[in-house]
Parts: sequence; structure tokens; C-alpha cells
Amino acid sequence: MDERLEATRQVSLTGGAGTLRWPRRPRTSRLFDFPAVNDGQPLRWNMTGSLLALVAKLFSGYTVRWIDCQPDTCQRVYFANHTSHLDAIVLWSALPHDVRSLTRPVAAKDYWESSPIRRHMARSLNALLIDRKEIKVHQSPVDLMLRAIGDTQSLIVFPEGGRNTSEELGSFKSGLYYLAKKRPELELVPVHMDNMNRVLPRGEYLPVPLLSCISFGAPIWLERGEPKVEFLKRARESVSRLKEL
Amino acid sequence: MDWKTFALVGGVLLLLSLASAICHFLKRQPEGGINPGLVRTLTLRIRAWWLMCSILGVAYLPLEMGKFTTVLIFGLVSFWALREFITLTPTRLGDHRSLFWVFFLFTPLQFVLVGMENYGLYSVLIPVYGFLFIPARIALAGDYQRFQERTATIQAGLMVCVYCFSYAPALLTLKLTDQTVSPARLLFFFVVIVEMSDAFAWACGKLFGRRVIAPEISSNRTWEGFIGGAACTTLLGTGLYWATPFNEWQAAGMSLIVSVMGSVGGLTMSAIKRDRGVRDYGTLTEGRVGVLDRIDSLCFAAPVFFHLTKVYFTDNL
Repeated sequence: MDERLEATRQVSLTGGAGTLRWPRRPRTSRLFDFPAVNDGQPLRWNMTGSLLALVAKLFSGYTVRWIDCQPDTCQRVYFANHTSHLDAIVLWSALPHDVRSLTRPVAAKDYWESSPIRRHMARSLNALLIDRKEIKVHQSPVDLMLRAIGDTQSLIVFPEGGRNTSEELGSFKSGLYYLAKKRPELELVPVHMDNMNRVLPRGEYLPVPLLSCISFGAPIWLERGEPKVEFLKRARESVSRLKEL
Repeated sequence: MDWKTFALVGGVLLLLSLASAICHFLKRQPEGGINPGLVRTLTLRIRAWWLMCSILGVAYLPLEMGKFTTVLIFGLVSFWALREFITLTPTRLGDHRSLFWVFFLFTPLQFVLVGMENYGLYSVLIPVYGFLFIPARIALAGDYQRFQERTATIQAGLMVCVYCFSYAPALLTLKLTDQTVSPARLLFFFVVIVEMSDAFAWACGKLFGRRVIAPEISSNRTWEGFIGGAACTTLLGTGLYWATPFNEWQAAGMSLIVSVMGSVGGLTMSAIKRDRGVRDYGTLTEGRVGVLDRIDSLCFAAPVFFHLTKVYFTDNL
């Protein structure tokens, strides 16, 4: 644990994030390994979060591979291919507890606030809800995300935009580029989720419990002066490359 | 617990402990001249055997509890094996609903019926009703591409992983003519024979193997291993006849059939794996050996062993 914190501190020292703040220690229960939601509110046991993680694990039977990358509490943006409703929950639950409590999936506000159950689930996942309809000046989704994560939390994003129905990985939207441009020290970790489109494809509500595989790849950064199109292409390739490994 | 059960189970546990000890010793030899991959295979295999022993031990729980718990555990194993099988099957979006019912209706129902001892229904549930349901549901989904191929692969998965495998716990429901033999001991005998047949075939293949049966499918399944394994298994089965409802000759015949079915089953599943381009069914899950790799020979031998026993060694047909 302390080594990880030390590593985080190193990153924030050298990364030039601005403030030299000790990262908040992720709180976990002593009796059970329930992660506590770390959203600045009073400590509470995240029962729904643990339950969702367990159900996601049971239904998708995932194995996690860390290829040229290790789980760490330093600030990261996990970007993955998007084929299923379960993607965000599964990816979130595949992270170790201490990392998970500092990681927030980005999701659509209109969907996740449409019913009390969804709202509760979004809160348990510590989701960062973005309004797709109303985008104001200085309130662009990227700005909102960066403001929300401060200098401790990480993000899970799906840069393809919507869920993808075809086998092929869709082209990436530019949000990832602007995230990287505004905060160049964030580690951008490519994630490939295999078989999730068969567990719960688009338009289905009953899952088929096949085995899936989640691969985390080596982090990438925006190179100095790298054009947007080039960067997005490179990011997309870093995800699709993981399928072959 | 009578002395025969005690001797059979105790003997197996003793041998397993010995094997574990030898493996542990081999692992600690820095340069024993033995291939470390071989030791690793052995260790994994022995660990799987320990797990099987503990599962079969559950069958000895008192009253009906043993039967129900064993059926439940076999059901879970079967569910997992089917999961591995379907994961490596190239299904299409149109199969989704059909697969849902395969996993959550037919698989549990098969084992519920086995637990209820409803032979009339569980012997036809999958090969008749399941096999009619799958193509019908896929047709309803409206995707006709590779229709028969998709239907057949899902049917094959259900057949091998669920239907055939469910005959192993079904042994517990047999009312044997020889009342002194408990069904739990029969199941134990069956699993020991299948597993030892696998091990003998493997060992004979390693020692004397020269003529490969199907080089395209598997390079380490040889005629020498097949025949040597069957011979050794027959000897072992004959030696264990006192624990079964069979006499010496019947035990020898049963062991021979089980061994042949087991080898054929292993070869068949290898052919499917080769077709999908993987080495083990657990490939997707970090290259470990899958559940289906462990139970393939059991799946093929179980129905034959069950029916022969049911026809010739029980009162009611």
C-alpha cells in the first residue's frame, strides 16, 4: 500500500500537476473488503458497488490481464472499446479495490438519472455523469471531467461514443485528445474488453454468461505537437492491438 | 461406512497423497533431469484429482443430502464447462436468446430432473426438446446465415457438457440389485476408472508411443497409449471388482468400455479444440487448463456406463 502511495506521490511531484497534495487514502472496511465511495462525502459502505461488481464478475466471468502495465492509484484515464451495457461496470469492477475507489466511469446523465435505481447505481459506481444535451461555454464535458477528478481520481471513458455493434473498433471521438491536451501528465491506459458484446449485446436485456477477457495495455501520452487525427489513430490502435496479444 | 468403501476411498487417498509427495519432491530438485513442464502438468493434474475426490466425498453425506449436493455440484461444473464451450464457439447475435434458455433453463432443469430421479424425462429433455427448441428459437430471431452450423454447435455443446455429463451424478439414483453396494461407491469407482484410464493412456503414450492416431488433431495421442491405457485400466478395474456390483469378468468389460469411451471422448474434444485453433478450453482464461479439458473423457464414458449398469445390474428397467 505504502509503495503505491509513494509511487503516486512521485508521479504528482514530477508530473507537474500543480499542487503537491498527498493523495487521499482509499478507505476500505476492516472487516470486509468493501470499497468505500470516495466522493468527498462521509464514509459509507458501498454495498451496491460491491454487489454490482460481484454480479458483473459472475455474468461476464472475466479474466484480467495487465500487459506492460500495473494497477496503480496514480491518476489515469482508462479508455476502452464499447460494445455492451455492462462495459462500465465490468471494467470498474476489474480494477483492484484501492484503485476502484478512486476511479470514476464517465456516463450519460440523461440515461443514469432517469430512474431512482439507476441514480443509486450511478452513485455506487461513483460515476461521473455528463449532460449530453446542454453543453455551455466553459462547461464542455472535458472541462467538467477534469474539474471533477481534481488531482486524485481517475476516469473510465469510452471514446467510440455510443456502443458499437460491429466487430470492428469504431473511430475515436476527439474528447480523449482534449483530455490529453489539457492534462498531458495523465496516463492514458488502453483497455480492450473481449467478448462483452456476446455477454450482453446491444438491444438485449438478458445476459448470456460467457467468459470474457479484459486487457490493460501500456499507457500512452500525447506527444508534443502531435496532431489530433494522428493521436486518435494511435490511441485506437493501442486498444485494438491488445486483442491480438 | 463398510470396509469396501473404506478400502476403495482410503486406497485412492493414500495414492493421491503419495503422488502429491512425489510431485513436491520433484519440484524441489533443482536439476533432477526431469522436464519442469512435465512436473507442472503432473502437479496440476493431481490438484484436479484432489478436487474431484472432495466433490465425490460429498456424495457420502447422510440421507438424501449426499445425492442432492453431488447433483448440484456436478450441475455447476457442467454449467462452467458449457460456458467454456460456447465461449469458443463462433455464435452470432441471433443466437443470443436461444443461448440464454440453454444456460438458464435446459442446464439447470436437466440436473433438477436428475435429482428428482425422473429418468423418463431427463433422458429425453435435451436430445428431443432441447434439440427442437434451439433451431426454432434461432429461426424466430430471423438470422439464417450458417443456420445449421450454428444450431449444430450449440446442440453439440449442450449434448456433451450437460446431457452426457449429467449421467455421472445420475449413477447415484440407480437402485442396484446388489443392495450391499452403495451408489456413491459406484460413482467413485467410475470416476477413478475414467481418470486412471486418462493417466495410463498418457503414461503409455509417453513411454512407448510411436504411431500417432491422428497427427492433425493431437500429436500425443498414440495407438500405443490407447491400447496400453485400455489394458492397464482393464487390469485395474478387474482388481477393484470387489468394490462394485460386477464380478471379475464384468468389471473387466466395464473398465475396457469406459477406457475406450474416455479415449475417444478426449480425441473428439481435441478435434473441436483444433478446429477453433486453441490448445485448451481454458485458453481464454489465461492459458490454464479448462474445466472441459478435465471432464471430456468423463462426458463420453458416463452415459455408456450408466446405461449398461441400469440395464444389467438394477431391478427395474
